Amino acid sequence: MSQPPPYRSFHPRWHRPRMSTWWWLKRGSHVAFILRELSSIFVAWFVVFLLLLVAAVSRGEAAYWEFLIWAGRPGVLTVNIVSLLFTVFHTITFFNVTPQALAVRLGGKRVPGPLVTASHYAAWVVLSALVAWLVLGG
Amino acid sequence: MARRPIEPLLWLLFSAGGMASAMLVPVLLVLFGFAFPLGWTAPPQHAHLVAVLGHPVVRVGLFGLCTLSLFHWAHRFRYTLYDGLQIKHLNELINPLCYGGAIVGSLAAAYVMLRIP
Repeated sequence: MSQPPPYRSFHPRWHRPRMSTWWWLKRGSHVAFILRELSSIFVAWFVVFLLLLVAAVSRGEAAYWEFLIWAGRPGVLTVNIVSLLFTVFHTITFFNVTPQALAVRLGGKRVPGPLVTASHYAAWVVLSALVAWLVLGG
Repeated sequence: MARRPIEPLLWLLFSAGGMASAMLVPVLLVLFGFAFPLGWTAPPQHAHLVAVLGHPVVRVGLFGLCTLSLFHWAHRFRYTLYDGLQIKHLNELINPLCYGGAIVGSLAAAYVMLRIP
């Protein structure tokens, strides 16, 4: 794995100076890029948290209440606060690039970018309300 | 180069997982991460949650959310390691860890969703 790739004699080596691991700290937009990349870790943590919740509910009422007490511990709360900040950042940055990723056409005309983004935010609000309504007892 | 054809599928999973998690993670995190543990609002009764989680649409939906979110993580985290830490030369280790982790997590999610009474 650490062996250098085999270069043929006529193949020039690329000159790639090693950059500092902290290269992204010099510019705000690069910091935002790395923070956006790191958001995936917190998305993965949420999956773990959700599976623990569902497993606790399946085990019975006592396990469910134990889960809620565990979720109220300062350490878990801190992880979840950070996770919420990162996942909301993920949501905003993901929706804001949807016009570049989705070329929506209606009646032969391309839907303007801001409208594509706005419809995602609207769907976010509706889905969040639906989930809260389901969870809280309909 | 044998891996090439799978790359578009990985990007599709990344994208779908990004969308699913963007839509659903914040509200679930606010409710179960803060509102209920901190007592902002009364947590739902256990029987109610069992009824909601037991519905086939919710089971499949949550399984989909978990699986797609994990593949979103795997794909993005792989590039975070490539670009952020500049360790692309370790890709033979990184790829199995990321996508393997997503597959193991998806199996765990399937098991958890099937065990709901």
